[in-house]
Amino acid sequence: MPPINFNDIEVLLPLIILVIWACLLLLVDLFIPKKHKWLTALLAAFGLALTLGFTLSQLGSESNGFCATGKPSICMVVLDGFSVLVNALLLLTGLLGVALAYGYLKRMGIERGEYYTLMLFSISGMMLMAQASDLIIVFLALELLSLPLYVLSAFARSNSDSQEAGLKYFLLGAFSSGFILYGIALVYGATGSTSLSQIFEIASVGTSSLLLTIGAALILVGLGFKVAAVPFHMWTPDVYQGAPTPVTAFMTAGAKIAGFAALLRVFGSAFPNLSEDITPILWALSAATMIVGNLLAIAQTNIKRMLAYSSIAHTGYILMAFVPYGNPEVAPVSIAAGLFYLFAYTITNFGAWGVVIALEQKESKGLQISDYAGLRRKYPVLAGAMTVFMFSLIGFPPTLGMVGKFYLFRAVLSGGYTGLAIIGVVTSLVSAFYYLRVVVNMYMFAGEPKTDNEFWLRFTIAGAALVTVVFSLVPQGLFAWASRAVLKLF
Amino acid sequence: MIPLSWYLILSAALFSIGLFGVMARRNAIAILLGIELMFNAVNINLVAFWRYLDPTIMNGQVFAIIVFAVAAAEVAVGLALVISVYRNRKTVVVDDLDLLKW
Repeated sequence: MPPINFNDIEVLLPLIILVIWACLLLLVDLFIPKKHKWLTALLAAFGLALTLGFTLSQLGSESNGFCATGKPSICMVVLDGFSVLVNALLLLTGLLGVALAYGYLKRMGIERGEYYTLMLFSISGMMLMAQASDLIIVFLALELLSLPLYVLSAFARSNSDSQEAGLKYFLLGAFSSGFILYGIALVYGATGSTSLSQIFEIASVGTSSLLLTIGAALILVGLGFKVAAVPFHMWTPDVYQGAPTPVTAFMTAGAKIAGFAALLRVFGSAFPNLSEDITPILWALSAATMIVGNLLAIAQTNIKRMLAYSSIAHTGYILMAFVPYGNPEVAPVSIAAGLFYLFAYTITNFGAWGVVIALEQKESKGLQISDYAGLRRKYPVLAGAMTVFMFSLIGFPPTLGMVGKFYLFRAVLSGGYTGLAIIGVVTSLVSAFYYLRVVVNMYMFAGEPKTDNEFWLRFTIAGAALVTVVFSLVPQGLFAWASRAVLKLF
Repeated sequence: MIPLSWYLILSAALFSIGLFGVMARRNAIAILLGIELMFNAVNINLVAFWRYLDPTIMNGQVFAIIVFAVAAAEVAVGLALVISVYRNRKTVVVDDLDLLKW
């Protein structure tokens, strides 16, 4: 047995800390009495903050971990600027997820400690995904992030909606894993390796093989399921509607970030040579996702379902950034724009779901868009925050969403995909219709909305609204960070 | 020796049968069985490729074992979800699970 290599441990240090913390939390939670579950939430948040600290301490360092003996270029995991940025974003998602969940679980009577542990495990899977440099690890990370999410979706055990959402998510998630696996097996067969760098080297010498292309396409189908791209989006509205709302908020952001990280790792580092075949497919996926997501959102009356379709539409916008992934001149700017948009979407999205959680009552009441009538008169601050989030999702200034879309469309135009940019702009205009309907309901109509006073929820909503506005005025620093992070990948 | 293509054809057929099962069956457990067939088709592929490409590099074998383990974990979670749904709704037929627009 080879000796333990401390470099390997250093590469995965934040992940290792998080997993150990999650395991310990699972045990500690048994001794925390039912009345004091706030302690579990606090410990989970502390673990996430600790991991975030270690992640940020890795800023600027680059290395590989768990390499083959004698072959330092074949490694299982990698630490680079991109992984640090994505990990930090994921841990932020986790912290926001804990803040949104705490009061909600109590109010709905489903407060159990496993919730936070499952969340930590899921985040560890997402982090592993961002650091994967081997297809085996990509698959393992995908399962590690998905399995806790299936359970979390079905977390409200007495609620039939939640059970149904969990089962549907599980069936379609496992189904899509089958596609990814088959794709990985074919790629392995075509190249004889599962290491992303090896696949790239082997694929770049020989002529392009059919087996490799089919394998890559199958992996794309599987990841398309995970990030909810049209036509693989059927599960999304059902699952996002049925799952407990904080879980949905966490899934829309976390699973998307991890899915796109995998997409970038696998396609950016292993298959740039296939871009001639893959780019048109990505183009079509992105266009279809933007169009279908936005059009179907118009017809919704349930706010969770509407935000679910909105999340599909935003997948389309982010996919836009991946279209020129094989062109090393355009790709870094484009991917950096995509990462920035992911950040903008995460913050805005958590805010919007926070408002939904604030107004949700027991037995899925208070979830219709018409329930938002009269919000301005009764809770002006909440209504103001929701307006900011809706504007940001449309892309109105002065919000992060506007800056994100600006970077994104600029990158897509400079890549020469004018048609795609036009579709993006037109669908954004269409989206204004359903987002503004919420705003009109809040401001123009009379009604009696109810909400409880929960400190952490209020805090998250206010913080998200503040960041959405303030960061839109000074976005350059973040965008520069994102650009630096992806530069090394190409 | 049996040529590699035979294994690949077997695997592709098994994957297609699994795919058909997922699409055509309406019982959640039958769908789960279809998914398992798809996973096992992949295992045949992985082991066959390992044997024919370069048996000194263990990637394919190891991957097949990892797939077993993950599939087992997935079944554990899946069956738990099926039982939980059954307790609530007294059915595991996906067509009857229509509280959310499917």
